[in-house]
Amino acid sequence: MIENLPPGMILILGALLVPFLRGRVAGLYMLLLPVLGLAQLLALPDQYSLNLEFLGYELQPVRVDRLSRIFGIIFHLAAFLSVLYSLHVKDRIQQVSGLAYAGAGIGAVFAGDLITLFIYWELTAITSVFLIWASRTEKAHRAGLRYLVVQVLSGVLLLAGAIMHYEESGSLAFGHLGLGSTGTQLIFLGFGIKAAFPLLHNWLQDAYPQATPTGTVFLSAFTTKLSIYALARGYAGTDILIPIGAAMTAFPIFFAVLENDLRRVLAYSLNNQLGFMVVGVGIGTELALNGTAAHAFAHILYKALLFMTMGAVLHRTGTTKATDLGGLYKSMPWTTFFCLIGAASISAFPLFSGFVSKSMILTAAAEEHHLGAFLVLLFASAGVLHHSGIKIPFYGFFGHDRGLRTREAPLNMLLAMGCAAALCVGLGVWYEPLYALLPYAVDFEPYNVTHVVTQLQLLLFALAAFIFMYKVHLEPPEIRAIHLDTDWFYRRAGKRLALSLGASVQSLWAAVTGSALGVAGGLGAWVARVHRPGGPVGEPLPSGKSALWAALLLFAFLVLALLVSDI
Amino acid sequence: MEPHPPQNPPPPTGDEPGWPERPKNVRRLIALTIVLCVAAVAADLFYSKHGHYGFENITGFHALYGFFSYVGLVLIAGQLRKFLRREEDYYD
Repeated sequence: MIENLPPGMILILGALLVPFLRGRVAGLYMLLLPVLGLAQLLALPDQYSLNLEFLGYELQPVRVDRLSRIFGIIFHLAAFLSVLYSLHVKDRIQQVSGLAYAGAGIGAVFAGDLITLFIYWELTAITSVFLIWASRTEKAHRAGLRYLVVQVLSGVLLLAGAIMHYEESGSLAFGHLGLGSTGTQLIFLGFGIKAAFPLLHNWLQDAYPQATPTGTVFLSAFTTKLSIYALARGYAGTDILIPIGAAMTAFPIFFAVLENDLRRVLAYSLNNQLGFMVVGVGIGTELALNGTAAHAFAHILYKALLFMTMGAVLHRTGTTKATDLGGLYKSMPWTTFFCLIGAASISAFPLFSGFVSKSMILTAAAEEHHLGAFLVLLFASAGVLHHSGIKIPFYGFFGHDRGLRTREAPLNMLLAMGCAAALCVGLGVWYEPLYALLPYAVDFEPYNVTHVVTQLQLLLFALAAFIFMYKVHLEPPEIRAIHLDTDWFYRRAGKRLALSLGASVQSLWAAVTGSALGVAGGLGAWVARVHRPGGPVGEPLPSGKSALWAALLLFAFLVLALLVSDI
Repeated sequence: MEPHPPQNPPPPTGDEPGWPERPKNVRRLIALTIVLCVAAVAADLFYSKHGHYGFENITGFHALYGFFSYVGLVLIAGQLRKFLRREEDYYD
């Protein structure tokens, strides 16, 4: 029966049983779910699909092809590593939501129609927000609410776009969409929010650092890479994605340079890495799409590894602020070692995973003559070295020793970090299995002399620039501060606007009701005055006068009747 | 640009400075970086580059690009900080 479940369902349904298990059994069971899920996925033949008709609509809840399969595989791997990393957590809410969230992400990449995609899309939002709220702080609560609003909005845009697209084309199939109609443009915007396009990005840096140490590891893998998959499926070769992606690689790194919270630095860095993938989707050639899929695969592992190392630091010291850290290599040597491997991988040093994936996208950009994008990506590659290659390990584990002495991370965390680190190195050296999984046949050799030497030059001289800037005190110091980003528009400007609009409506209402009360009061006072004893109409009239008034009134009525009737 | 925060007083544990903290070793690491940098540029002289653009084949192009990208990034970010910096409790 299990083999007939849609991919992802093993994790979603399996998560519901977790609260009934205890201790080691619960741990083993949770580790087993992604393993079972992966085994089920690998057993499904290529081009497998499940079709059904629902209320007259043709739906395809499962569609397995090479593009969805590679994302499905890495999502299962990420789920396994995240579960292993959070094995010490006894919080039922986090256990259930983490697994269900991973399952929803997996389900989404196998959705063959837009309605199924929408359902999983929203499920990722609803399940993942609990990983943020599980921090149980006021800040996390608020950040979680903002995150949920943005994520649900993205889903609503997807649904609205899907309905319009159906009206126009009569199809709900999730294949190539393009930007040809309002419906597909809305879907593009929905994907763009979740992919953290520039100006739509700030939910990511706002929410991820507020999640629990283990929750952020889950979060880093699924939501954004799901939308990269969705873009690759629906919008491959859409030119506008090239400048969008190039901007995404460049602008977050300026914030990463300034940011003090190292988990937020990683969130900016995540945004920058997504930019490389978006450029790959925009170029849209086989090499570029292979590069995007490969980079997503490698990136999920090294980004999870980096978030794991910072999560371990947070778990042990209670902070990830650069101003409070330093010198931790003494207490946490293994975590330091794994962090250095993650840093080398994201920086794309030869022999590490980032190198074999990113060079595909850069080569594709050059081959298709996107000179501007190529130069921006090269700039961003040097920038990656700053925030993820140097800043994270240097300020976290070396730098100024603040006298923090703690213990090494728990064993399960070390095991998860060790597995992720081994995969980062393994893929960098033995990349053929990864290339064999890519959506298209690969005709690309990452290790030629030009690639290796030019990449080493870029990175080593960026490293030399760090040393130089640090020595001459031009490296921006770590300070206890935040730096404004686009969330200012809704957290400050929007809030002020809403509050002042509310205040204006309130004062306008007060003015209207005030003057209405004044008029009514004045009228009442006048009526009371004229009717009071001794007032103009308060006096009893003599009968003669009354009869005269009655006659006059009657006369007036008669004249009026004469005028208005058609006699 | 603000000066770097002063080094904190020695850790309360009173342990010896570790290998990466000793000035001699820091100098060694810097020297190693310089040697590697020189070697990476020198390597350009010993093979024919196959860059997609002509400028990529200039000796040491990527070295210069990496160095100045980094410097530019850090300097511009430092200027941005003047406008974007707020207190930690700004949104509270």
